[in-house]
Amino acid sequence: MYDIAIIGAGIIGGMTARALSKYNLKICILERENDVAMGATKANSAIVHAGFDAKEGSLKARLNVQGSKMMPTICKELGVKYKNNGSLVIGFDNEDRDTLNELLKRGIKNGVEGLRIIGKQELKQIEPNLSNDVLCALYAPTGAIICPYDLTIAAIGNAMDNGAELKRNFAVESIDETSNGYTIKSLNDSVEARFVINCAGIYSDKIAKLIGDNSFDVHARRGEYILLDKECGDMVAHTIFRTPTKMGKGILVSPTVDGNLLLGPTSVDIIEKENKATTQDGINEVIKKAKENLSALPLAKTITSFCGLRAVGSIGDFIINSPKKHFINAAGIESPGLSASPAIAEYIVELLSKQGLKLVENQNYNPIRTSSHTFFEASIEEKNQMIKKNSAYGRIVCRCEGITEGEIIDAIHRNPGARDLDGIKRRTRAQMGRCQGGFCGVYITEILSRELEISFEKVTKFGGQSVINVAKTKGGTPQ
Amino acid sequence: MRDLVIIGGGPAGMSAAIAARESGIQDILILERDGQLGGILQQCIHNGFGLHMFGEELTGPEYAWKYEKKVNELGIEYKLNTMVLDITEDKVITATNSNDGVFQIKAKAIILAMGCRERSKGALNIAGTRPAGIYSAGTAQKYVNTFGYLPGKNVVILGSGDIGLIMARRMTLEGSKVHAVCEIMSYSGGLARNIEQCLNDFNIPLRLEHTVVEIHGKDRLEGVTIAKVDQNRKPILDTREYIPCDTLLLSVGLIPENELSKNANIKLSNITNGAVVDQDRQTSVGGIFACGNVLHVHDLVDFVSKEAEIAGKAAAEYIKSGKKQSFVIPIKTDGKIRYTVPQIITEAKDVTVYFRVSDVYKNAKIIITDGDKAILSKSKAKLAPGEMEKIMLKTEQIKNVKELHFSLEV
Repeated sequence: MYDIAIIGAGIIGGMTARALSKYNLKICILERENDVAMGATKANSAIVHAGFDAKEGSLKARLNVQGSKMMPTICKELGVKYKNNGSLVIGFDNEDRDTLNELLKRGIKNGVEGLRIIGKQELKQIEPNLSNDVLCALYAPTGAIICPYDLTIAAIGNAMDNGAELKRNFAVESIDETSNGYTIKSLNDSVEARFVINCAGIYSDKIAKLIGDNSFDVHARRGEYILLDKECGDMVAHTIFRTPTKMGKGILVSPTVDGNLLLGPTSVDIIEKENKATTQDGINEVIKKAKENLSALPLAKTITSFCGLRAVGSIGDFIINSPKKHFINAAGIESPGLSASPAIAEYIVELLSKQGLKLVENQNYNPIRTSSHTFFEASIEEKNQMIKKNSAYGRIVCRCEGITEGEIIDAIHRNPGARDLDGIKRRTRAQMGRCQGGFCGVYITEILSRELEISFEKVTKFGGQSVINVAKTKGGTPQ
Repeated sequence: MRDLVIIGGGPAGMSAAIAARESGIQDILILERDGQLGGILQQCIHNGFGLHMFGEELTGPEYAWKYEKKVNELGIEYKLNTMVLDITEDKVITATNSNDGVFQIKAKAIILAMGCRERSKGALNIAGTRPAGIYSAGTAQKYVNTFGYLPGKNVVILGSGDIGLIMARRMTLEGSKVHAVCEIMSYSGGLARNIEQCLNDFNIPLRLEHTVVEIHGKDRLEGVTIAKVDQNRKPILDTREYIPCDTLLLSVGLIPENELSKNANIKLSNITNGAVVDQDRQTSVGGIFACGNVLHVHDLVDFVSKEAEIAGKAAAEYIKSGKKQSFVIPIKTDGKIRYTVPQIITEAKDVTVYFRVSDVYKNAKIIITDGDKAILSKSKAKLAPGEMEKIMLKTEQIKNVKELHFSLEV
């Protein structure tokens, strides 16, 4: 019997698990995929929004501003990169300028600090690569960038270090009320818990319906992105948004914390829950809009394109409520969900406490988790100490990103351990560089096979049937 | 301080080391990131290597072994499993391995011989899902030939570069079915002999002017949609065709690996993606030389070895005499001739200029002028981007010119 079952190991589930692991509670996180951070968390714009977008008085506005203020400390504790690069919403004409002035007013009401409108001249000085057609911009100095899956992996890892458990490949099929809580079942497993928190992303409406809550729907909104090589990472210093329209925030151009340049997303609502295929139209739209923002766009430096799904709720705001005793929904967490996530977690803890969950502090709670990106950024002396302690740190496996065998082994054995090639990629950045795993994928398959004690044919890209090799060759495998 | 440090122990690095030793340099160190010398040759178990250098057909490992034996006989020092992290303009190399940790070496001369990498699927922006089962051809080759595992049973290959052609045959021999090799251009970038021996001999269709437009499948690849392309290489929608397959191999180009060269502020060509070099294969940074696929992508390893000899000898000369480049004759091209190596000449001596054309040309005439009057011309029945050409310039032909123009009359 667990005190808490959290359904969904995305950023919301992860932050909530960590916030609850401060207390003496038996926590279990249930995840349908082979790894954490596999849904909306995996593929989004990676922005900590300043908080001027959401309507004043909404949960989105309050939790965004509160969450982004908490973010630097949390990232520091979890050893996750956080870069306060500031953001710019650019305008091309007077209509845009009017909208930016409204955003400015709204931002001030929401409590966002340091907002101001800047003119073309100053803009060109701080962002020389912006298109000459840009007229003005709303500058938000508190905007920041972050790596959403790195943060989620770290939050869940930290929660696990403090006692939480993670069950992977646990796709919830049913939830039944019992005398003292709920029984949650997957096809071949079952878990009992006193409290249930629904953080199931695009599936959170389905989960709510399992206990009879039909009060909302969640649909997927596709967003396609293009990622450029690190050579292009300093083309812009700030996150560059377009002036929002009824259709959304538009295509942004942003550096990433790891030094790449990110373009996207498109915004297309779909009926089905899963469709992460990129489209030619989508990619073309990203290219077209990004070209309008910048004076030049080095598309030859593209290293990958991908599609993410936002979980869009039917009521226009975050859906954080308790439809039934001891059951909490955290649903419809679309943008600015990542920015708000630390505050959402606190809010959920508050709701649980109101429902009678006793919060006794865990005396052994340790908020600190060391960074996963250790070798590449260390000094020569530090590198040598690491190699001396463990010679696997002397072997570079991923040459594009400079990732050592030591870090890869660590990613497999540290909470929450990587189980597949993509898991290694998100934890270490190995395979994430310009060759996209062309060289190191083979060696990482070998390391996964050795460390997890599974055969080569069982190593997958991301769990399920995503195997890398289907058979041995006729000659068999050499020793 | 070391005399000569060579980055990379593949065919280029080994050949350069041997040439430098034979030119009198004792203090040589090769840094190799893999666990053995030989580079990519070690996974190229097919034959066809060595016809030019040794007059016999060798496999990749056999070809590598000839050089490795010589390196050992000559007592040339090398460090394996050693990754170079940085090179500076003043020739300080930072490298790491498990035994030595991170170490720095200052060298009198450096030869860059890091090879190249395959263009990845991400760079192509192919629409569709992101399942397992998509590999660059060289990655699949490594799984099959080095580790003894088969990536898949039903294969489509995009791009007809040599590695793609070789893997079409290799997968077929392993019992997989190769359904098509799609090439977006109207000609293959691979060697004519590979088209014959790897595709035609096994009845594997080469679909020219075709590309993959969509990838299907959730966990593992389930199929690809291919389509014919128009003159602008844009897919023609109503020619779309679905091919069920579990494997897509990509052979869509090789890119010289010059990230380290950039650290050393070496001037790079945006056509070859390698360094701009003179006839000695010396880069814009004095004392740093480049050869093999890190300089420009070669058709045959024999040519890599030959080029590395030039770099090895010249590096030896540089170490002994410290000679500076005295003058510069730039070699300009007309676009039909895509690039030359070297791109500049800095000494009046006999120079062989290697070049590639940008399209297939029949009955063409290569014309070399000094910008004004013709120096040399040569007729060719056929020129193709996949086959490197060369032309020799005599000392007296270049000693009084200010620049050289290479053009093609078709």
